[in-house]
Amino acid sequence: MKFALFTGCVAKGATRELMLSTTKAAEGLGFEFVEMKSASCCGAGVVSEKSPLLADALNARTFSIAEKQGLDIVTICSTCQGTLKKTEAHLNESKEYKEKVNDILEDGGHQYNGTSRIKHFANILATEEGMARLKSRIKRPLTGLKVAAFYGCYVLRPSENSDFENPDNPTGMEDIFAALGATPVYYPSRVKCCGFPIVMMNKDASLGMSGNALVDAIDHGADVVATGCPLCHLSLDSYQPEIELLQKKNQSIPILHLPQLVALALGYTPTQLGMDSHIVSTLKINQILSGSVSSSH
Amino acid sequence: MATFRIKRFNPEKQPEPYFEEFNLDIADGATLLDCMNEIKWTLDGSLTYRMSCRSAICGSCAVKANGHALLACQRQGEHLLDNDDTITLEPLGNMKPIKDLVVDFTPFWDKINKVKPYLEPKDEAPAKERHQSQEEFRIIDDASTCIMCGACYSDCNTLEVDDNFLGPAALAKAQRFVGDSRDSKTLQRVQDLSEPGGIWDCTHCGECVERCPKPARPFDRIKEIMTVALENGVHNNNGARHALSFTNSVKRSGNLNENRIPVESMGFFNIPGLLSLIPIGLRMLLKGKVPPVIHHSIDEVDDVKRIFKELDQ
Repeated sequence: MKFALFTGCVAKGATRELMLSTTKAAEGLGFEFVEMKSASCCGAGVVSEKSPLLADALNARTFSIAEKQGLDIVTICSTCQGTLKKTEAHLNESKEYKEKVNDILEDGGHQYNGTSRIKHFANILATEEGMARLKSRIKRPLTGLKVAAFYGCYVLRPSENSDFENPDNPTGMEDIFAALGATPVYYPSRVKCCGFPIVMMNKDASLGMSGNALVDAIDHGADVVATGCPLCHLSLDSYQPEIELLQKKNQSIPILHLPQLVALALGYTPTQLGMDSHIVSTLKINQILSGSVSSSH
Repeated sequence: MATFRIKRFNPEKQPEPYFEEFNLDIADGATLLDCMNEIKWTLDGSLTYRMSCRSAICGSCAVKANGHALLACQRQGEHLLDNDDTITLEPLGNMKPIKDLVVDFTPFWDKINKVKPYLEPKDEAPAKERHQSQEEFRIIDDASTCIMCGACYSDCNTLEVDDNFLGPAALAKAQRFVGDSRDSKTLQRVQDLSEPGGIWDCTHCGECVERCPKPARPFDRIKEIMTVALENGVHNNNGARHALSFTNSVKRSGNLNENRIPVESMGFFNIPGLLSLIPIGLRMLLKGKVPPVIHHSIDEVDDVKRIFKELDQ
């Protein structure tokens, strides 16, 4: 299976371990991911604050690049996924708007036709074919590891743009965890916001949100949280030492990118997946998997 | 037989809320509100909730069903059953329960009032009506459909952690006037709405859009106010600086320069803001998580620059 990989900016910047582990996961799964090196940033719902038309034009250009390659797009970031899908919905809403955007693209030799699908990495795994491929390639089942999903809002809402069957109560990520041999942990905050979008504007509120989510995951017995969004990862991992709620309770919990968790089960080592670059130590995961420490809950 | 697990609360009798279960056969096509009425009329007359029109117009009967806010009269009971044939009903979130499923809307209304939800016209009232073109009306049409049910307010992720946030309903109402061609206070309005607790405290989670029973879709309206604020030069706050820094980064290189955005968002003269970046910066530096110092552009960045130019951005 071949896809055009829309890396997003954060996987090439602050969370390069996401890029690293995506490459490994794709290799292990036998997926061919062709990096879209000429695609621009999705705008993360922020460029559209400045100009909705600009954001849509830039993303339509990205779609056109994948269409020329005859490939569907795979994203590894819930924010990229949701933002691209929003543009796709705008373009398909009215013929006039689509023509307006295509007029802007024309001089660059691009045209949006709508022939490439846009799928998050989790959504290409959570299909019958993806699951079968995943199960047949597992080398190191994640037995005994209790994994809590953190979806990332953009991949769920608005629900009409989501590929998950029931965005209010999705099971796609948890189905993947179960296929990897891990034990999925269901908890209410798994579909909530990590607070990252307002960390520069209202840090207390932002860390309040991530804190509530992580305490919820811990209270439900999770050993680790896995997310499909590098912005959630920044919020939940990089900011974790500043989250007052966890400090007070003297708690911490490692946060993995979904491709790291998948690639771990495919037999790659934590170091190969950049797990040593996280702010919150991930050593506990390996200890649980090697049986030297039992699941903490 | 369906089970209705309802959160009961009567502070005059018991200080803590508790769940009570009622069993009911859901009649064909019965709405959730029909079921609640059936419970009240045949099983327990003390069950308390708000209701009126039964037609998704008055906005009285919003409750939380299975964890998410909705209008009880707009959804069929049968469609809400979970795997155990149960529907869990709770009062709306982010507001204080008064009794059973009734909550105190005072903060909700206070915030609606705070955004001055009335027209401040440009000139004296004409003899007849003030005209608007179809295009002008379209800008405020969606926000006008809000029925003030409080479903968005209930599930707002920012409000869960910050009472100061105006919240989705008040901000959608604000857009109704920010975008009104007959209003004279656009600049003042977007200045006020750019203060802490306003548009830039929205965390983009989309819950309000999901819960809104009408086309008002508050988050979409909040984004529209942001655009108007930026167009009107209301830039002296972290949210606006963030949007501008982000957009300029894409303009320069096609992607994000994550080293610049936090600093530019805080503002170069915002010393406490800049200092607050040091712990996270150091933590990430020590783990090698800092984005590349030399920022690389995407391939074919000239085409991206061309699009910016064509759109005067």
